Amino acid sequence: MDPGADRTLSVRPQIGGIRDTFAPWEDATARPLVRFDHVSKAFGGVSAVDGVDVSIYEREFFALLGPSGCGKTTLMRLLAGFETPDAGRILLEGRDIQDDPPHRRPVHMMFQAYALFPHLNVAQNIAFGLKRQGLGKADSAARVEEMLALVRLEGLGRRRIDQLSGGQRQRVALARAIAPRPRILLLDEPMAALDKKLREETQFELMSLQQSLGMTFMIVTHDQDEAMVVADRIAVMREGRIVQVGRPAEIYEAPADRYVAGFIGDINLFEARVTHSENGRVKLASDEGLFEAEGAGPVGKTAWVAVRPEKITVLTERPADLDRDAPNVVRGEIHDYGYLGDWTTYMVRMASGRTLRAARANATRALDRPLGVGDAVWLAFQPTSAVVLTR
Amino acid sequence: MRRGPSAFNIASVALGLVFLYAPIVVLVIYSFNDSRSVAVWGGFSTRWYAALFRDQQLLDAIGVTLRVGAISATLATLVGTMAAVALVRGGRFRGRTALAGGVYATLVMPEVILGLSLLFLFVSLGLPRGFWTVTLSHATLTLAYATVVIQARLATFDPALEEAAQDLGCPPWKAFMLVTLPGIAPAVAAAWILAFTLSLDDLVIASFTSGPGATTLPMRLYSAVRLGVDPKINAVSTLLIGLVATGVVAAYLVQQRRRARN
Repeated sequence: MDPGADRTLSVRPQIGGIRDTFAPWEDATARPLVRFDHVSKAFGGVSAVDGVDVSIYEREFFALLGPSGCGKTTLMRLLAGFETPDAGRILLEGRDIQDDPPHRRPVHMMFQAYALFPHLNVAQNIAFGLKRQGLGKADSAARVEEMLALVRLEGLGRRRIDQLSGGQRQRVALARAIAPRPRILLLDEPMAALDKKLREETQFELMSLQQSLGMTFMIVTHDQDEAMVVADRIAVMREGRIVQVGRPAEIYEAPADRYVAGFIGDINLFEARVTHSENGRVKLASDEGLFEAEGAGPVGKTAWVAVRPEKITVLTERPADLDRDAPNVVRGEIHDYGYLGDWTTYMVRMASGRTLRAARANATRALDRPLGVGDAVWLAFQPTSAVVLTR
Repeated sequence: MRRGPSAFNIASVALGLVFLYAPIVVLVIYSFNDSRSVAVWGGFSTRWYAALFRDQQLLDAIGVTLRVGAISATLATLVGTMAAVALVRGGRFRGRTALAGGVYATLVMPEVILGLSLLFLFVSLGLPRGFWTVTLSHATLTLAYATVVIQARLATFDPALEEAAQDLGCPPWKAFMLVTLPGIAPAVAAAWILAFTLSLDDLVIASFTSGPGATTLPMRLYSAVRLGVDPKINAVSTLLIGLVATGVVAAYLVQQRRRARN
């Protein structure tokens, strides 16, 4: 029996509301399901994972996000048991699993290219892990049927793997990994091989699946949109280290540094000197103008004002009521724009020669855009829409 | 541009076919020759096949050859599979170069030298030469071929499949048996057939390492030919060719079916 089941269910009666109230990582008494305790791993002298210290909680959907080669896959393979840490410990439910080989860990993995067994049919693939657990024929068959229904592959149990489409293979791989009820499911770039449309559908399916099963998922991905959509928390990795862990909105709206800010979404940065900092508000100055943003920064030192393109307002003329030293207003000229259907992104070149990005939602169907290449514009943003980064 | 084969192409193919198949065709035709002479056609007959099945010595030799072939091929395939796994999956272990070198050395070493060295080995070990020494020697000879064939298949076999099996609860050896082995089975079968065929037609190594009571068919044929060509030999050779051809076609079909599936 799963110790946390009653508690969590009573707190969260509806699936829809889970995301907002679920935050075991904020609870100091909560016991993590998996804990990476200062784990390091190097290959041939090159550090792949460097002192990673993070906890993952029961029923959490946890994403490891980073560019290729950042160590996210190695971290996952360390948990699965395919690699051994050089330093540090990995705890599963408080127990050090260092000496457990992969086949004794209640941790299952969905492999990137799915790694389905080509000589077995769909049902046999799904039953593979069940057989190893010593489940009887009838129980196993029932579980396979249950899994096929779960991933919407009813009636395809006898199909050969090579007769399946990419999306179907992906679902078989998922069913195979879930069937033996792992304590935590690891997903290695699970949607990398799917096309965009299918990927988006699958992301939502995966989320609702994870929530209805009440299982803990850890996903490895380099796709920020994917991580933002599916995860309760995201750990952004860079060169073997975790740079920031937080809810998607925290990562997006309050990035820890310029790297995270630039990796997740688009960002405009203004390098400026801090002139004033108090009560969570910072005033800065540079050749490009005066700025005011949220956060804190060392007075007299350099910091960066970070603002997302969609938080910038594009104006065709300078607002009349604005005085001369109003912060967060810069002038520029549109030198390019990209029409994305739902959004239009404007590339605006400032007097300094730097280019900023500003995005506008296309709220009307009007085909005539008021702005075009060569137009002089004013870009403005609220102090609450910008954040100060010191790294 | 002219399409289709040129006269030169046709000539090359024809010449190639003649060189490859003429001796075999002649042999097969003359195995049905009624005349005792190899040079004169005396009409169609199967008398040499009948005579063959009355020649106990020849039948014994066939029996020895088939048993030597089957056992040595099985041994070579077993050890060859293990060697291939070590070479492909073992990483950079101690002795890897020695193992890989040994495999390729056997491929290029003249058979006479291999036979001689095996003879020395058996003599120095005090092993009486006979059925088992030929079998072991053939296993040595064919091991290299088996290893190369299986290694090639294993190198393209996705190691993630084995990891997936382990991840789902298989200890490494079981993951190999349940997932990798079925995956490389066609190559293992091909390796066995190749090893069996090589053993079947080996004369040199068998001559060095065989002993009384373990005369293989090629040895028997060779000594018989020295006393003058007996048409029975044509008959036995035809049967042998038939057997090998069947094996090769079977191996090809197995591979084809596999390919059609994927």
